[in-house]
Amino acid sequence: MRLSLGIFVAAGMMSLAAARADDLSEAAGHYTIDPASEINFNVGQVGGGGISGKFPDFTGSMDLDAHDLGHSRVAFVLKPASLTTGQDRIDGFLRSSAVFDASEYPDVVFRSASVERTGTDTARIVGAITARGITYKATFDAHLDRKSGRALSFTVTGQVPRLPFGMGIGVPIYDNMVAFNMTLVAKRG
Amino acid sequence: MFRNSSQGYGWVSVGLHWLMAILFVGQIGLGYATQAVTDPALQFDLYQWHKSTGFLLLALALLRLTWRLSERQPDDAPSSRSLQRSAKLVHLGLFVALFAVPLTGWAVASTSVLDIPSYVFNLVVIPPLPLTPSDAAEAFWSTLHATLAYGAAALIASHAGAALWHQFIRRDGLLRRMWFRSA
Ligand code: HEM
Ligand code: HEM
Repeated sequence: MRLSLGIFVAAGMMSLAAARADDLSEAAGHYTIDPASEINFNVGQVGGGGISGKFPDFTGSMDLDAHDLGHSRVAFVLKPASLTTGQDRIDGFLRSSAVFDASEYPDVVFRSASVERTGTDTARIVGAITARGITYKATFDAHLDRKSGRALSFTVTGQVPRLPFGMGIGVPIYDNMVAFNMTLVAKRG
Repeated sequence: MFRNSSQGYGWVSVGLHWLMAILFVGQIGLGYATQAVTDPALQFDLYQWHKSTGFLLLALALLRLTWRLSERQPDDAPSSRSLQRSAKLVHLGLFVALFAVPLTGWAVASTSVLDIPSYVFNLVVIPPLPLTPSDAAEAFWSTLHATLAYGAAALIASHAGAALWHQFIRRDGLLRRMWFRSA
């Protein structure tokens, strides 16, 4: 009795693990990042607090490779001219030549180089960001939150330094590192 | 040597006077520059330098006030009664400016909705004054700060002019009272 219960539980756990492990491979295909996604950022400041905002205008796509997640691809374009912090004067400064220089460089681009699975529903995306004409490596951690029909929801986090992009204005009053916290909804097709 | 005497200022007063004179005049130029430049990154950096130097001046002003209150003052320079009186008035005005200008500057930074920390020479964070930030409050303090700063510039011009008048027209050697002497 006790033995059969043990086998039952073990088998149940294994099939659960198998199902989860398959979550991503089953989801193979081409996806478009939905406008319902949110790209939030935060820059800490000395003495606590900081500047938080989001980039409402972006496009992106994702190709999940069924056989080899490592060959999956993620590409992203953010429009720095759209960024908002809730404070117009700060927005103006961030869009200006002091930071993004949005009129000269209207796009911030992320392109993945590799995607590495780090857990049943987590992956690390390694790639590069191009901003202000400078390309520099960046790493993000993705967590698959939900898989429903034709859509996948991820939470993606990562830290991006400002200095390599010539956007180090205000360091060390404001941190060099910008923390990104994104909720991405990817729709198949 | 370090202390004031009836004949003139001691090294502490003299050192503070000239150190602060240089910083204060430079600070007016720096403040003006914050408004004159168009490059936003340069403007940001100039503001931070301006705030750092401003807080340094405020700290020096406290030191100078303490010293002044605990020291004897030299006898009035030989001059007419009315000139002695106006000199005293200008000195008082300059002393008030040494506090009022940085304090109103601090109020500008404290009422700005930008909420940029004051990180003095990237060493110490100075908290904002307990004022409510708003564009209107910032504009008010900004106007007051600018008026006081340029008013102080006018006082300095008459003050320095008077000192030069003593030195080169009256040739009474007044400048020596405000210089490092070994006596
Ligand atoms: C730039 C040229 C300047 C010259 C040639 C100059 C010269 C002098 C002299 C000769 C005295 C002594 C007067 C006496 O014998 O009773 C004096 C005193 C004084 N000066 Fe200046 N000064 C200059 C700039 C400044 C500046 C920029 C400030 C303040 C912002 C200032 C603030 C004072 C004050 C408050 C006193 C009264 C003595 C004291 O309390 O320390 N001076 N100055
Ligand atoms: C003795 C010290 C100081 C002097 C002589 C000084 C002088 C000036 C001057 C001449 C301007 C340009 C005003 C204009 O053209 O509109 C200015 C602007 C400014 N100062 Fe100062 N300042 C001093 C201290 C400070 C401090 C301590 C702070 C802040 C912590 C500060 C913050 C500002 C800001 C934010 C502005 C730009 C806004 C405005 O125009 O009023 N200042 N200052």
